[in-house]
Amino acid sequence: MSDTPGVADRRDAVCVIGAGASGLTAIKNLREQGFAVDCYERETSVGGAWNWRHDRSPISSSTHLISSRPLTEFPDFPMPDDWPDYPHHSQVLSYLERYAEHFGLGEHVWFGTEVVSAVPVGDGRWDVTTRSPGGGAERTQRYAAVVVANGHNWSPRMPEIEGEFRGRFLHASAYKNPAILRGRRVLVIGGGNTGCDIAVEAAQQAAEVWHSTRRGYWYAPKYVLGRPADQVNAVMLRLRLPLWLRQWLYKRSVATSAGDLTRYGLPEPDHRPYETHPIVNSQLVYYLGHGRITAVPDVARFDDAAVELTDGRRVEPDLVIAATGYRPQFEFLAPELLDLTEDGRPDLHLHAFARRHPTLAVVGLLQADSPALFPLAHWQSVAVARWLRLRTADPVRAAAVQQTESRRPLEQWSRARVMPTPRHWFEVSSTDYLKVLDELLKRLEPA
Amino acid sequence: MTLLRYEDWTSPVRPVRREVLSVVPDDATEPPVLFVPGPAFGAWVFAEHWLGHAAGRGFPAHALTARAEGGLREYAHDVVQVAAALPRQAVLVGHGVGATIVARALGRYPARAAVLVSPVLDRWATLRHALTVNPAGTVPAVFGGRLRLNGRQVTADERVRPARLPSLKNPDKPVGDPPVLVVGSPDDKVVPRASLDRTAARYGGAPLLFPGMGHDLMTGDGWAEPIDAVLDWLGKELL
Repeated sequence: MSDTPGVADRRDAVCVIGAGASGLTAIKNLREQGFAVDCYERETSVGGAWNWRHDRSPISSSTHLISSRPLTEFPDFPMPDDWPDYPHHSQVLSYLERYAEHFGLGEHVWFGTEVVSAVPVGDGRWDVTTRSPGGGAERTQRYAAVVVANGHNWSPRMPEIEGEFRGRFLHASAYKNPAILRGRRVLVIGGGNTGCDIAVEAAQQAAEVWHSTRRGYWYAPKYVLGRPADQVNAVMLRLRLPLWLRQWLYKRSVATSAGDLTRYGLPEPDHRPYETHPIVNSQLVYYLGHGRITAVPDVARFDDAAVELTDGRRVEPDLVIAATGYRPQFEFLAPELLDLTEDGRPDLHLHAFARRHPTLAVVGLLQADSPALFPLAHWQSVAVARWLRLRTADPVRAAAVQQTESRRPLEQWSRARVMPTPRHWFEVSSTDYLKVLDELLKRLEPA
Repeated sequence: MTLLRYEDWTSPVRPVRREVLSVVPDDATEPPVLFVPGPAFGAWVFAEHWLGHAAGRGFPAHALTARAEGGLREYAHDVVQVAAALPRQAVLVGHGVGATIVARALGRYPARAAVLVSPVLDRWATLRHALTVNPAGTVPAVFGGRLRLNGRQVTADERVRPARLPSLKNPDKPVGDPPVLVVGSPDDKVVPRASLDRTAARYGGAPLLFPGMGHDLMTGDGWAEPIDAVLDWLGKELL
């Protein structure tokens, strides 16, 4: 490899992009495998999405976890055991800050630095160009590998609605505080966890609330049988109950708590439990029952001060909040590096390893059910670090592992059954996914 | 390494108030050290000499008393909770059954390093050995009861309680691959020499031995030599 003028060679160092939860665990686990790491973070502090000070954070003042503490924490750094079952977002941030401090990760992070481009230069190496956000001098350094952990909940996906609306129209990412709901008539679009959370807050604050959803969902309560619902679900997994039986039990438990939601005008779910990302909300049904939330179908068009719905009804909100999700974005990578489809969906082995670039990986690009994302991102990054280590230490075995992995059937780790919508591009059943990672980790273990 | 942790997911350990004694130097230069006594002892056994001595050499030093009711799982949970609450990645030092607790905790927390002092990792070898020295105090433990140590085995102190010997068949491999040192005495009246060798071999080394001392290396006149050797070893490993 010839020296390129102006490019500083960082030799065996690995570049990590982003210092949120996934980036932090990537730094820690790469360091544990002996790699030097340079992490680039466009903000001036750690925490990514969970840091409400960050421009791109989707957090609002009342965001709490929807998965319980033991199924959310990193597997080798527990949250304090006297924290509540469902910690507040400020606790999650302080947890991530303590994680970074505990393992001395901050010294490997270049804050206030964004990645402009990462370009393969042959031999598995990468030229990474960085600069201060919004401009400044660019700098290019060469790395042995790139681990992308830039998050996927920051680039809002706005619904395309025809017509003009006279009131205020926001994406949920811009919703920070229930104060803007007070006394207003509010239409919330979207039946995901964020949409349900905002609808509930609107029920507590606003004058009138409509909640527009396209399909019926299985609204899971946060507590079942007096325990956090995900812990009860883990009991069923531990007992190895077959999926059909878990689906039946799920339906039973919804039937005995929420009951028949079509009474409130909600559509019947068009799928079975576990086939969409879990919606965990105990209060939505409560407020439907108190008439504080009116369930309405999809939005057809805006018409000046009114919103026309697909059933022909017209409502006149002051404020429309679209909780319609986010799209993943990798603006610093050429689309073919991640085998991006036309609509922007990356095609990665285990949602993590680039298929044609063995030294490019993405960590945290998952929609997990239970356990939640942090533990999955931890084990993903352990696998990435071990893979990179094996590749240099034992190229022959690394090639053999790659061979075996390339024959792994897709359905083993990414259930084909989930609803075919962009929201479920990265949906995995956490325990199935962990089993596959477990196998991979064993194969990657040093001889 | 266990990825699927159903026990932790379905029945999390209940929190308790934990007794932690600490001596933290003003100008700490070294990583924190967490001393873990067995449930027969309490944090007091380290507070007598080792905590202050480690702090004098630049190590923030802490000792945790085992909770009153619980088994290995609860004890190890408390160790990981206290370690994770320290500002930096900690060194774990376990003594006796405390070493068994540390061995289990190492599967759940990437310690900076670990030291197993007179480790009781071989339940049966320990019981056989203790039977020859103190049959009356040991027989109940053979049948799952508590082991009552006498003055020939450990320092006579009214704070020493009878305690169960937990069994740890196959501890998880330590996460993060920390360096592990085994320390003991060939004249230990609780843990036999062969057991020290086996435990050290499991972690890929040989035990560091202090002839003429008993089971509890941290009490009695000779307490300074082992802790200095441990801190010297740490100094080299942490470079």
